[in-house]
Amino acid sequence: MTDRIPGFSTLAIHAGAQPDPTTGARATPIYQTTSFVFDDVDHAASLFGLQAFGNIYTRIGNPTNAVLEERVAALEGGTAGLAVASGHAAQVVVMHTLMTPGDEFVASKKLYGGSINQFNHAFKNFGWNVVWADPDDIASFERAVTPKTKAIFTESIANPGGVITDIEAVSAIARRASIPLIVDNTLATPYLCKPIDYGADIVVHSLTKFLGGHGNSIGGMIVDAGTFNWSREGRYPMLSEPRPEYSGIVLHETFGNFAFAIACRVLGLRDIGPALSPFNAFLILTGIETLPLRMQRHCDNAKQVTEWLVKHNKVAWVSYPGLAGDKYNALAKKYCPKGAGAVFTFGLKGGYDAGVKLVSNVKLFSHLANIGDTRSLIIHPASTTHRQLSDAQKVQAGAGPDVVRLSIGLEDPADIIADLEQGLGAA
Amino acid sequence: MNHDSYPDSYIRGILNTVKTIAMVGISPKDNRPSYFAFKYLLERGYRMIPVNPGQTGKDILGQKVYAKLADIPEPVDMVDIFRASQFALPIVQEALTLTPKPQAIWMQLTVRNDEAARLAEAAGLKVVMNRCPKIEYGRLSSEISWMGVNSRTLTSKKAQLMGKGVQRMSLNRTTMSGGATDATDRAQRDEEGGH
Repeated sequence: MTDRIPGFSTLAIHAGAQPDPTTGARATPIYQTTSFVFDDVDHAASLFGLQAFGNIYTRIGNPTNAVLEERVAALEGGTAGLAVASGHAAQVVVMHTLMTPGDEFVASKKLYGGSINQFNHAFKNFGWNVVWADPDDIASFERAVTPKTKAIFTESIANPGGVITDIEAVSAIARRASIPLIVDNTLATPYLCKPIDYGADIVVHSLTKFLGGHGNSIGGMIVDAGTFNWSREGRYPMLSEPRPEYSGIVLHETFGNFAFAIACRVLGLRDIGPALSPFNAFLILTGIETLPLRMQRHCDNAKQVTEWLVKHNKVAWVSYPGLAGDKYNALAKKYCPKGAGAVFTFGLKGGYDAGVKLVSNVKLFSHLANIGDTRSLIIHPASTTHRQLSDAQKVQAGAGPDVVRLSIGLEDPADIIADLEQGLGAA
Repeated sequence: MNHDSYPDSYIRGILNTVKTIAMVGISPKDNRPSYFAFKYLLERGYRMIPVNPGQTGKDILGQKVYAKLADIPEPVDMVDIFRASQFALPIVQEALTLTPKPQAIWMQLTVRNDEAARLAEAAGLKVVMNRCPKIEYGRLSSEISWMGVNSRTLTSKKAQLMGKGVQRMSLNRTTMSGGATDATDRAQRDEEGGH
């Protein structure tokens, strides 16, 4: 008598969406409104008291954003989602829900540089103290845990170096420490890897990248796996204690296995305020409908390009976990069997000057700071994003003078390779 | 019935059939989950009857409170148990003495008593355990989707508005299964195994 579960492509198109009940509109309408009228005074009171499900004000929730939230939650196998203004905003709202000043969290030191900055600087102003661990030494996560540790944070595939975390092993450490595991799944997307299947309790995304996929909208997402018992040790008062913001309700006992997403919404998003525009939600939703098709093509193109690059006489090395012989190839086969993503780095024998020449000479690749676009993208971190660091710091961050990062788009792979060939010829 | 996983059609069938629900163990405090569920179901058109011996004779949301099921002077279609699992058996035993018998026994989220369930099912009643009727109504009507919750349903049919207002939806909605949430189900079974 169990119901048949639809496949990933079906969920990517349908999850969360239904024809509009008042107009019959089939595509998800853009509810471009700040506010929603109440049926009556009692209805307003019920909504404000969290006693009814519904819409109040777009900073707290919006029907277009809600479709996006349910869509991503369904694709990840989670119980609920919360859309926010950016991937960075997702991380702020998650940590605000878990941490109090003086608390610690353990994070992989091989992360997207923007996250490293946010954790090292912005979060320390809130008294949320990051302790770094090494994904190449899984035991370092366990050694970093103290009685003040409230969470572990890692990426499934780390940007830009293609470091793949052994999520199952880190999850076992989080479980032993009775703390939740947060996985940033931006580079893999749920099409390539579903971290919840390997023990993640919370998944975060920059929707800006492959999920939206068209380089037109900034957005972020929090997905609640519904797997963590917030009340067991009482270390997460936002979830397990009566909340004065809502006349003493306890969110975990009231909302059960989607309480974390609700706490992020009604305590985090409501009070911190990084709401996603419904227009952005619409564009990202449209992108997600083709995620399985796009992501597979991104991966297939990246594989062709890396296999070509690795043989080029001006290229010193290529760091792509999809390549046979790559340090992370075995983990890629386990966690991302359909492909190892489309973002990678490679080194030029000609060093800094060759990197500058390459980004200057390409004609199809766009020289910019984003990843996960339909267009192929290139950046030379040493002369741009990591320019302010010392040479030693650049090397440690995976942004040495010879390093170039590519995000492979959906153009014809022959054209992508031809552009690199002519660009490298000039380098 | 497999009480680990209920088909949506089973839950929808119960919530679409019952009209009068007695909630045993409701709290008069407006910040408690039982009060939330009671109020929500009342606003969705169910006749709601509070049962709580400590509140006998008082009103909760305008509904007279009874000390026990047997005191309710009208037929009850469903008994919703908001008490810890070990209290579910005597409540089911009491429910089975009612005339006419209820059609369904519902045990709230975290409440599960397999012995009580067997007894009720042997008497021809439908049983749901470890679920919240508010959440299930919200899920199957699609109201809960406004909160970004994975309703685990898909449909190409319009949702149906319920009566007055625009933010109340009816259960008369055609759906098929949607995104599964295996991880949370596993975690819950692990928790139960750990107790």
